[in-house]
Amino acid sequence: MATSLNDTTALLDIAGVSKAFGSVEVLRSVSLKVEKGEVVTVIGPSGSGKTTLLRCVNFLESYDSGSIRIDGKEVGFREAGARQRRSERDLAAMRAETGMVFQSFNLFPHLTAAGNIMLGLIKVRGKSKAEARQIAEHWLGRVGLAHKADSLPAELSGGQQQRVGIARAVAMEPKILLLDEITSALDPELVGEVLAVVRSLAEDGMTMVMVTHEMAFARDASSRIVFMADGGVSAVGPPKEILAQETTNERLRSFLARFRASHF
Amino acid sequence: MLSQILYALPFLAQGFAVTLWVSLLVVVLSLIAGVALGVGLVYGPAPLRWAVRIFSDTIRGIPILVLMFFVYYGLPAAALHLQSFWAAVLALTLFKTAQVVEYVRGAVGSIPKGQSEAAMAIGLTFRQRLTSVIFPQAFRRFLPPWINGVTDAVKGSALVSLLGITDLMQAINQVIGRTYEAMPLYILGALIYFAVNYALSYASRRLEQRFAFIRD
Repeated sequence: MATSLNDTTALLDIAGVSKAFGSVEVLRSVSLKVEKGEVVTVIGPSGSGKTTLLRCVNFLESYDSGSIRIDGKEVGFREAGARQRRSERDLAAMRAETGMVFQSFNLFPHLTAAGNIMLGLIKVRGKSKAEARQIAEHWLGRVGLAHKADSLPAELSGGQQQRVGIARAVAMEPKILLLDEITSALDPELVGEVLAVVRSLAEDGMTMVMVTHEMAFARDASSRIVFMADGGVSAVGPPKEILAQETTNERLRSFLARFRASHF
Repeated sequence: MLSQILYALPFLAQGFAVTLWVSLLVVVLSLIAGVALGVGLVYGPAPLRWAVRIFSDTIRGIPILVLMFFVYYGLPAAALHLQSFWAAVLALTLFKTAQVVEYVRGAVGSIPKGQSEAAMAIGLTFRQRLTSVIFPQAFRRFLPPWINGVTDAVKGSALVSLLGITDLMQAINQVIGRTYEAMPLYILGALIYFAVNYALSYASRRLEQRFAFIRD
């Protein structure tokens, strides 16, 4: 597995990122490198900073210190400046390099499924309407919703909405896809259809960082698992290694024990 | 009674035009200023938010009539001389702007944060997020109170007659001054105001239906 720490070509390079909300430290010097094509799942108890870390990667949240680079480019701040925030236009362009799928879907309710996907293609990627429509239809087909192109989000089930959410993100051809507990708001019987889409994207070589509570998925589909606890990375490695650490990592053991207790 | 109304109509036509012109100016100007300040109130930096808050609370706390006399009689003291027409338009616009600010705040504030975040995540700039994601959704919530405010503006424009401007209200009073028959004229005036405002309300309902995409 390509996890060498000296590798400077990592697609995503999170280095010593810390963040506090008031007096609460949510991220404590988190470092993580993700190579192109990797699927990294982030697990950990709630409040461990998983979601905050993910939101820092596309600068939906700022951070207090450290650096996050995608393809060598600092995400939220200007390269040389002393943590000088990027301009609005710059920031928007950087964010277009990552795709994000949200726990609560966050589809635009006034636009159809196709319209949701087309918006970024037209406004950000500068595609023509016809071209954007074609791309939208292609991706809706990929997530099995070709027949729902002209449906409004309110007319779709949760699982369908989330698949549109994924299509909206990947249609922009991001370098990295960020998935934030994307199945947590779904009825159990709808989780499978969404995870199947994620799996097929992984097979295509899409680089992904995924915060999840789906342990079986993390075990089977990810190249590496990151276990976070108390705002720090407590363990990181291929699924087998991580699960093997259960005997030595006290926090991991109690997390997995509690997890098993609640999920059988 | 009919003959009196027919006699009055030509005199009222010009006043009616002034009423429409004042209303249109106030509605358009307050819409532009109110949306800009309202967006500032929701998204702006703290000093701007405070400034808008103070402006809105102050203006809304003053009776419109006081505001109008203040602009007409008070501003010349500050070396700003306005014709009575423009003083009236300015006062009504200030008043209406403060209301539009609140409608915008309520409408934009009701859009869940996730909408902005999803729009950010696909790389839309602030302006694009507003025009493509926030405003289209906020519009539906903004429209009913705003149309209500527009009808208020049409009715409230009658106050300009107090600065000697010959709007519909003033024209009615002038005709009554000649005919000494108040009732037919006031009934006619009420009907004209009602016709305008009913048309506005009707158009609003039609518009709302068009934007009634399902939500929540």
